Amino acid sequence: MAFFRNSSPLVAAGVAARRTAKDLRVGETGTICCLEDPEMALKLLEMGCVPGVQVRLSGRAPLGDPLMLVLGDQEYTLSVRASEAATILLKE
Amino acid sequence: MAAIERNPATAESLAPPAGPATSPRPLRIALIGNPNSGKTSLFNQLTGLNQKVGNFPGVTVDRKSGFAQLTPVQRAEIVDLPGTYSLYPKSLDEKVITDLLYDRAAGNYPDFVVVTVDANNLRRSLLLFTQLGDLGLPAVLALNMMDVAERHGIRIDLPALERELGVPIIPMNARKGIGVAALKIVMAQRLDAAPERFWEPDEALLPLVRQIRYYFDLHNDYLALHYAQQYRHIGFLSDDDKAYLQELTHQYEFDATARQAAETIARYGRINDILLETVTVTRTETREPISNRIDKVLTHRIGGYLIFLSILFLLFQAIFAWAQYPMDWIDQGIAALSATIQENFDGPLVRLLTEGVLAGLGGVLIFIPQIALLFGFLAVLEETGYMARVTFLMDKLMRPFGLSGKSVVPMISGLACAVPAIMGARTIESWKDRMITIFVTPLMSCSARIPVYTVLVALVVPDQAAWGVFNLRGVTLMGLYLLGLFSALGSAWALKIVLKARERSYFIMEFPVYQWPRWKNVALTIYQKVQAFVMQAGKVIVAISVLLWVLATYGPGQKQETAEAQVRQQVAAQGWNEEETSRRVASARLENSYAGSFGRALEPAIRPLGYDWKIGIALLTSFAAREVFVGTISTIYSVGQDADMGTLQDKLRAEKDENGQPFFTPARAFSLLVFYVFAMQCMSTLAVTYRETKSWKWPVAQLVYMTGLAYVAALAVYQVLA
Repeated sequence: MAFFRNSSPLVAAGVAARRTAKDLRVGETGTICCLEDPEMALKLLEMGCVPGVQVRLSGRAPLGDPLMLVLGDQEYTLSVRASEAATILLKE
Repeated sequence: MAAIERNPATAESLAPPAGPATSPRPLRIALIGNPNSGKTSLFNQLTGLNQKVGNFPGVTVDRKSGFAQLTPVQRAEIVDLPGTYSLYPKSLDEKVITDLLYDRAAGNYPDFVVVTVDANNLRRSLLLFTQLGDLGLPAVLALNMMDVAERHGIRIDLPALERELGVPIIPMNARKGIGVAALKIVMAQRLDAAPERFWEPDEALLPLVRQIRYYFDLHNDYLALHYAQQYRHIGFLSDDDKAYLQELTHQYEFDATARQAAETIARYGRINDILLETVTVTRTETREPISNRIDKVLTHRIGGYLIFLSILFLLFQAIFAWAQYPMDWIDQGIAALSATIQENFDGPLVRLLTEGVLAGLGGVLIFIPQIALLFGFLAVLEETGYMARVTFLMDKLMRPFGLSGKSVVPMISGLACAVPAIMGARTIESWKDRMITIFVTPLMSCSARIPVYTVLVALVVPDQAAWGVFNLRGVTLMGLYLLGLFSALGSAWALKIVLKARERSYFIMEFPVYQWPRWKNVALTIYQKVQAFVMQAGKVIVAISVLLWVLATYGPGQKQETAEAQVRQQVAAQGWNEEETSRRVASARLENSYAGSFGRALEPAIRPLGYDWKIGIALLTSFAAREVFVGTISTIYSVGQDADMGTLQDKLRAEKDENGQPFFTPARAFSLLVFYVFAMQCMSTLAVTYRETKSWKWPVAQLVYMTGLAYVAALAVYQVLA
């Protein structure tokens, strides 16, 4: 984890209080800044959650979790748990 | 098209000495691509019905392969690999792919790969493609769903993309079969040229990578890097090799996770450059995609659950009601066949054939309608994309119990029959979630428990209204189902704590776009599931059925003959007719058979639960399948197998214990009911658990745990109520 934060181009310094994909309101769009959890990041990257890509929260499951995220201009939908979405940091 | 024009040249210049005509074996081609990229459709188009399902060595993943007739004289073996997003496997299923593609020396190493790519998701799909290219695998790119892409305003400059990627590209629509002919022509050219290189390990990694490459004599750097990344999971490496790689990666301070992330990002950068040159997107529509609008309804906070419940209701209707007709036909067919054989032939071998083998076969075949219907339903839900939404709706509810949204469908199917339900748990990628689901599914009250419940509940629960509206028997029955459900959830929760996860559980999943099911795929799924059940679980069922028949038919020494003689002596005195006599004889023979002896031997162990040796026999024989309980009880109380429920209940009511009191007290009946809620009385389930987990550990654990639970619960019930 430490290695990842310090040396990866993905993660900027001082990430503690940043917004994540979990904090989006339904219908709101953000831009992916970086991915926090290194192992989760590998899976998210493969699924197209790449820094710079736009992400829109299109809905939540009735019980608030998981979330439905629409990615990029290619319009495909991912389902992720809230805990997983919390590792996707957004640009200010 | 450029691909076809250029290709013969490459094939000629690079073809190995043995040309296609004199080739000693057919081409071997692997089909690989993202989930939902149309890979299965393409596989079915290429091979038709000419396919078979086996297993990859060492894992439970189905290995689907088939033969495609590329040209009138050339056939190719096509292997359908599990859907994956990258060459860094995240689930056990995906490890099959790396095991196949890493080992060039292996006998089943493919000559080249066909990569299916969704034209709407080019960027993400090309990630996997560039990794395959860098491994040096010759490839063809099947660019699927071109029609949808065009509708979305995505324009792809195919010649330019072919130049950039260095492989032939076949635009296609696999669902409709468009482009398949062109793909076959290209495949028949026996591709040898690998695509462009897209990414190389950077300078800092080269010392490590080169050392691995020369040590294992590998053909390129990127493969060597994969060894460094994944040596722990590569099946064909020896322990020494793994130790060597561990030491080496440690020595070079190789950070697998960071390197993998950096590689993925670099690849996306390269892919972006390529797409910038070759793809233009003109978004014409401003409306929300239809799929999103359907989602608004199907995942609505109230409507979503109501729709799901309605679909479940339909599923149950199908499995309980519709399946009943073909099940009756099978039942009657087997019975008629058995009767015909017995009328015309006689002897121990014939009885073994009819009462052992045929009865066991009937026990296998009887499940086919339910399995076919269940998997037909599930395949339609999967094909349309609805299944992903169900898991989405249910995930939060299942999480506290160590289950995931994907466990819902198998557990609900378990109410019909645990056998197809456990097979349905394959869709769960996470090993731990899947094992928990398989383990607890048999606790859901399946349809085979219904006969047992019906007889015993009717025996001790009065047929009267409860709280005005409900029938007391109905309420009891519901209580038994709820007991099953809660014990399944509770056991899952306990198992979550016990089980150590070998891999991390993800829920990240792509929502497939809604589409009409392809009925050919549905039919193939049904056919393959039924075949797998009959061929693999069926063998075990028939074997145990034969064993149980032997135990129930033969007895130690002359005991059976003596008992039969005693019964026959009483015939005149009691004035029994022929039918009554044969029932009494059957009862006496069963009592003195090996199974009867086991029942008596079992008695001390089950006496605390309130059972006697007669119930002991029924417990033993109903190990084959729960519904056998009723048949055995009928034989023991000599009412004859065909008697209706009323006759059996009268007999059971008349049964007295040693003090002359009614034997079947509420305490005894409820103790038995609870026993049947929990007990693993179904060898088909054990057989299928073995097949699905590829280990005897799981079925044995299931048997011990569920029987233990049943014993303790039945003991508690009897001791409290008695």
